[in-house]
Amino acid sequence: MQVVQRHNVRVSGPPHGQPIVFAHGFGCDQNMWRYVAHRFEDRFRVVLFDHIGAGASDLDSYDDRHASLAGYSQDVLSICRDLDLREIVFVGHSVSAMVGVLAAIAEPERFDKLVLVGPSARYIDDDGYTGGFSEADIDEMLDSLESNYLGWSSSMAPAIMGNPDRPELGEELTTSFCRTDPAIARQFAEVTFRSDNRSDLARVSTPTLVLQCSSDAIAPQEVGRFVADAIDNADFVLLDATGHCPNLSAPDATYDAIAAFVDA
Amino acid sequence: MDIETLYEHAPCGFLSTTSDGTIVRVNQTLCDRTGYTADDLVGKRRFADLLTGGGRIYHETHYAPMLELEGRVREIALDIVAADGRRLPALVNSVLERGHGGRTAMVHTAIFDATERRLYEQELLRSKQRAEESEAHAQLLSRTLQRTLIPPAAPDVPGLDVAAAYRPAGSGNEIGGDFYDIFEIAEDDWIVAVGDVCGKGIDAAVITGAARYAIRGAAVREPAPSAVLSTLNQVLLHHDSDRFCTVALVRMRRGPNGWVASIALAGHPAPILCRPDGPPRAVGRLGIVAGINADARFHEVDVALRPGEELVVFTDGVTEGRRGREFFGEARLIATLGRGAPSAQGLVDRTLSTVMDFQYEVPRDDIVVVVLRAPERVSP
Repeated sequence: MQVVQRHNVRVSGPPHGQPIVFAHGFGCDQNMWRYVAHRFEDRFRVVLFDHIGAGASDLDSYDDRHASLAGYSQDVLSICRDLDLREIVFVGHSVSAMVGVLAAIAEPERFDKLVLVGPSARYIDDDGYTGGFSEADIDEMLDSLESNYLGWSSSMAPAIMGNPDRPELGEELTTSFCRTDPAIARQFAEVTFRSDNRSDLARVSTPTLVLQCSSDAIAPQEVGRFVADAIDNADFVLLDATGHCPNLSAPDATYDAIAAFVDA
Repeated sequence: MDIETLYEHAPCGFLSTTSDGTIVRVNQTLCDRTGYTADDLVGKRRFADLLTGGGRIYHETHYAPMLELEGRVREIALDIVAADGRRLPALVNSVLERGHGGRTAMVHTAIFDATERRLYEQELLRSKQRAEESEAHAQLLSRTLQRTLIPPAAPDVPGLDVAAAYRPAGSGNEIGGDFYDIFEIAEDDWIVAVGDVCGKGIDAAVITGAARYAIRGAAVREPAPSAVLSTLNQVLLHHDSDRFCTVALVRMRRGPNGWVASIALAGHPAPILCRPDGPPRAVGRLGIVAGINADARFHEVDVALRPGEELVVFTDGVTEGRRGREFFGEARLIATLGRGAPSAQGLVDRTLSTVMDFQYEVPRDDIVVVVLRAPERVSP
């Protein structure tokens, strides 16, 4: 199977425009960028994809390499190589911020700019470091995942509801968004929330923007600050937004901040 | 009854929040369940504040995005943390009320007590985990049992280069029906048996075991391959099952003029003899499958195995290896064998890898390949 099919890659915008790659985080799929990505289509070659295990990706391609974030960054680099992308603007939400960091360390010549939305280099508290979570929180979250995927494999068709106010929400979306094989969801959660990329940050040479929500339960402000401080050439922008997904809850502010950075 | 009373005392908790999650209204049922008063919550707490740490992560990574994109979320299992720290298992539904311009104005949430249901689900999850463990254990058992049905390694036969390979069908978790055995009955006198019991699984394993021991026992008493197959035929006919099996039985004897192979077949593909002076060819007379007919007769064919020649004994997993509708077939096998090899192991390896490549590495049937090669210089 081709890389493009494996990752359900969607490309839009001018073919010779500078590429901007949007990567979704743990939990959902490329639809996380639904309110933001298309606004770059007038001048950028916009690339969206699903991580293996998420959305409409090929679940059979999930393997041992996905036991670490480095494996996910290898996937990103495969997509970039396959589409022959250069001077990439990489926009990574949540855990994909660190996936982008690892990819940019591995092949710095390929990346022009990094945008890290709600990044965290480590979620679990450590000596002298506040990540925001304890080991017990992570265990609890894994249990919560299990009880919420109870009926997944027995082909429970998710309810497809009418949504007259937001017609952009297609039927195919409601069947895949936030739903995947529970075993994969659990492993991705483990990889995400037990990773520690603090020591990688100093190795980033790509100009970086950290986009931080003012009130984020997953990646609190000090966590985003830590990332911005540890990367040599990083700007820090605080968005007036609640929650971990400004790409959904504050799409205008998110777009404006990214555009100001990448159009500069 | 007025609507207000219905809201306050509905049989589920209600709460409403602004778009940033701040609670703006709760009903009495929720206050009673959690031990909070409306004053504790309204304007002061967010919905996510009522969840456990793990629940908050789930809320941020799944619940909130789904709610925003789909407009509603249903039947999500979360624990609500009560005022005294108790955890209240709940099923939570939310709908989103949009204001002007499609932006989220309010979120309305219903919280159902799910204590009993959660216990039941936990029991289900435990059962699922037990089933998975049990499955893993069964696979381990069948792999272990499988290993007892073939020799751990081809034995060292003085003056003869012997190599063998066994590859179970599919992912290798099921007990297949193919087997082989190589044993000595006297000095310079060996029996090589390659067989295929019909079927798979534990029944096939029982017959495979019985067949191997019948062959060993019979060969010691009357080593002529046709006689061994006759005894095997009788044993299977009297066995408490309706299984049958195919066998290629080869007796290898070394005399003053080198090795002689006596070959008898019970419904099994004929072994292939590779000689430097011509293309490889099948040798042996096809006999009836063992375990079906009490009057079955088996016949031997003798061939000399001269230095540098090989005799290849195999199961139909080789020739019937499939790619779509296409079979690997005898012609491909002969072409593979015809290229010669420096050793028995080399020829086994090449045959196995060619057959596996042909089937894209996922064989549909078990594969056994045994190669007997008379070395160029026979050791004294």
